[in-house]
Amino acid sequence: MQIKLKVWRQKGPRDTGRFEEYVVPDANPHMSFLELLDVLNEQLIMEGKDPVEFDHDCREGICGSCGVVVDGVAHGPQQRTACCQLHMRHYKDGDSIVVEPWRASAFPIIRDLVVDRSAFDRIIGAGGYVSVSTGAAPDANAIPIPKVVVDEAFDYAACIGCGACVAACPNASASLFTAAKISHLALLPQGQAERAQRVVNMVDQMEAEGFGDCSNHAECEAVCPKGISIKGIATMRREYIKATLSQ
Amino acid sequence: MAALPDSKVPAGRLQEKWDSYKNSIKLVNPANKRKHDIIVVGTGLAGGAAAASLAELGYRVKSFCIQDSPRRAHSIAAQGGINAAKNYPNDGDTVWRLFYDTIKGGDYRSREANVHRLAQISNSIIDQCVAQGVPFAREYGGMLDNRSFGGAQVSRTFYARGQTGQQLLLGAYQAMSRQIAAGNIEMFARREMLDLVNIDGRARGIITRNLVTGELERHIADAVLLCTGGYGNVYYLSTNAKNSNVTAAWRCHRRGAHFANPCYTQIHPTCIPVSGEYQSKLTLMSESLRNDGRVWVPKKPGDPRAPETIPEDERDYYLERRYPSFGNLVPRDVASRNAKYVCDEGRGVGETRLAVYLDFTDAIKRLGEQAIRERYGNLFEMYQRITGENPYKVPMRIYPAVHYTMGGLWVDYGLQSSVPGLFVLGEANFSDHGANRLGASALMQGLADGYFVIPYTLGDYIASSRLEAASTKHDAFDEAENAARTRIERLLSIQGGKTVTEFHRELGHIMWDHVGMSRTREGLTTAIGKISTLRDEFWQNVRVPGDNAMHNKNLEFAGRVADFLELGEVMALDALTREESAGGHFREEFQSAEGEAKRNDAEFSHVAAWEYSGDPSKPVLHREELDFENVKLTTRSYK
Repeated sequence: MQIKLKVWRQKGPRDTGRFEEYVVPDANPHMSFLELLDVLNEQLIMEGKDPVEFDHDCREGICGSCGVVVDGVAHGPQQRTACCQLHMRHYKDGDSIVVEPWRASAFPIIRDLVVDRSAFDRIIGAGGYVSVSTGAAPDANAIPIPKVVVDEAFDYAACIGCGACVAACPNASASLFTAAKISHLALLPQGQAERAQRVVNMVDQMEAEGFGDCSNHAECEAVCPKGISIKGIATMRREYIKATLSQ
Repeated sequence: MAALPDSKVPAGRLQEKWDSYKNSIKLVNPANKRKHDIIVVGTGLAGGAAAASLAELGYRVKSFCIQDSPRRAHSIAAQGGINAAKNYPNDGDTVWRLFYDTIKGGDYRSREANVHRLAQISNSIIDQCVAQGVPFAREYGGMLDNRSFGGAQVSRTFYARGQTGQQLLLGAYQAMSRQIAAGNIEMFARREMLDLVNIDGRARGIITRNLVTGELERHIADAVLLCTGGYGNVYYLSTNAKNSNVTAAWRCHRRGAHFANPCYTQIHPTCIPVSGEYQSKLTLMSESLRNDGRVWVPKKPGDPRAPETIPEDERDYYLERRYPSFGNLVPRDVASRNAKYVCDEGRGVGETRLAVYLDFTDAIKRLGEQAIRERYGNLFEMYQRITGENPYKVPMRIYPAVHYTMGGLWVDYGLQSSVPGLFVLGEANFSDHGANRLGASALMQGLADGYFVIPYTLGDYIASSRLEAASTKHDAFDEAENAARTRIERLLSIQGGKTVTEFHRELGHIMWDHVGMSRTREGLTTAIGKISTLRDEFWQNVRVPGDNAMHNKNLEFAGRVADFLELGEVMALDALTREESAGGHFREEFQSAEGEAKRNDAEFSHVAAWEYSGDPSKPVLHREELDFENVKLTTRSYK
């Protein structure tokens, strides 16, 4: 099938950038969206043009490297699916697709569809961990954790750090990302010792990185490839208030 | 020609070797640790765990990864679980049994002492990860849950849904993040190691390319830890992430690190089959699925019927039939080879006839759909997303795919390579899995190396070596950086008629056809010729777009494919030289009457370590004899 692509091209953070249009004449319905970009790039290389740069790695929806806005939706039309697992069978012959990078001032564009998400690493560095050095751990079964609790913690721990939540948010907020780690650790006994300090430091870091605040649009939850719930954001707010009041 | 260094396995009883090693090594005092810079390349389970642990001890760590963040290394994609000898289920597990299963699973081609240490350390890993907040699966009473995996008759696998690798990696990443924020780790993301720098015969630094700006950078340290994963992408199609590559390891090989057992490749039995030529990678379905899924093909070759319409007595549950005691849970190499056999007989299923069924109908009847959803929900979803079919209703179609490489850089008991000061951890080394790795053992080894082995062995090296002061202005840095620059310029200047991907795909076809699941003298000889020809063509006819001073994925891949084109030939040569079948290395000439792998212990009970000679086609072979003092070598039987 033939697919028309309108792709954002930008040489670097200071370049203004523009859309360019391409046609892939023989896309296969079984190929993934990133494989469609691969085919386009092979075409461009043979035409003597620069291929479209995009981040990708595992192509199984778990590493969080890939992420582009497809027709205005972060990761594209299929729910709970990173764009590496979006398959072309959801499109038909002759369709046009618009492809853009994540757009947020806290995610500067590096080139084309590649953005700098290192702000996420700094948010985790501000407190998204349990301070337990190697060798200091008690026996793994020393603290029983009810299955329902660990399951809920897991739902938050499943975050892949792709940044779709930021791209989808009208405020470019990193609340869902930050809340996911705060909620994961707040639910578990291991996270209690640093619970109050963690939420304060991570939220402060999120603000310092230039992400906006949450105004409950829930666009983040809608595009999250792991289906992380915005209930986490409520948890983050509650945790933050508790922590600051008790200080 | 340098002889192979001693393996430095401590003397004494197997059970006491690691303790006696720890008792005898030199330590670095806390105040002195901060005087030492340590380079850690790669941020997967091995690299992440090592960087965090060494920084906690007080070393100054510089950590490098090719992704945009240390949280994305390919360890993240491991699904099934991690083994440990906790014996929480009370089903008879012991450290000895985990050791024995691992060495037997590896078809008696690994070092006893290394494998035993791995089994001993396994329990501490689980403790550490739980303390970090890794949400392992639990039972309703709150205790940790275990499941069984191929090659074992006990349930010793800890798991976090089908995302165990992700959760363990995030644990290590978070531990690293704490150290980065504290200033104990300097993190260099989007950097690719292009060369190793040796000064006075010791590894003292690396050359990296900044993948955003193209700049070449020099980094100096007192030791270099290579944690850069395996080389499965030499096959082009594999379950490895697209960026997984051999370049860092291969560059070290060219600087004196011997490459051990390159032919030992693991072909994983349960992957989603190839659907077309455009395919960029393969997706694994966790081996844990074989706990409840039953593998079968129709008895009749070319049977066109839909699976649900084929009556029970016309199905061949070939693993249960041939291996009644292990059934669907035979080790990976055995399961893969049998899938190939039934497809070779024309009994494969699906459009390409290169697939077998993995059927959950019976398990759903027995346990209910909800129970199956809880165990494998995310895997089923993934299958459906990729294939468009619902595995709760129709059996999955699976086929083997390249998944893991047991071979890697040769290391001694302390994980030190044949270059002093260069340590190799995780999948990048050859040490623990012999000729075949058991499921849920890769995560165990990566974390064992990073959390609990290297902090001791590196300290011993630092404390017992006289490391002269050196600077990045040293001639060795000039030479290495110039070589890297010349190579990049050459890749960009060819502007030939074929893309990097085309060359890579062609190499992959050669490797899969001749150095894949089943190998012959004739095929391997053909492969060697073809790879060498393809390599020559690559350097005449590759087309790399763009320039160096930019984010240029094709340029990155070009350098990696160039190295795969050298490695592939050595893999074929190693496979040709190893005239026996062992684990994942199956030579058709060496099999029993029943088609099982036939080892030749008299001649091949050794590690084959290849030394770079200056000519990629003519490496020099060194042998490390494997001494088995504690286990009796038997023919692996899972019947």
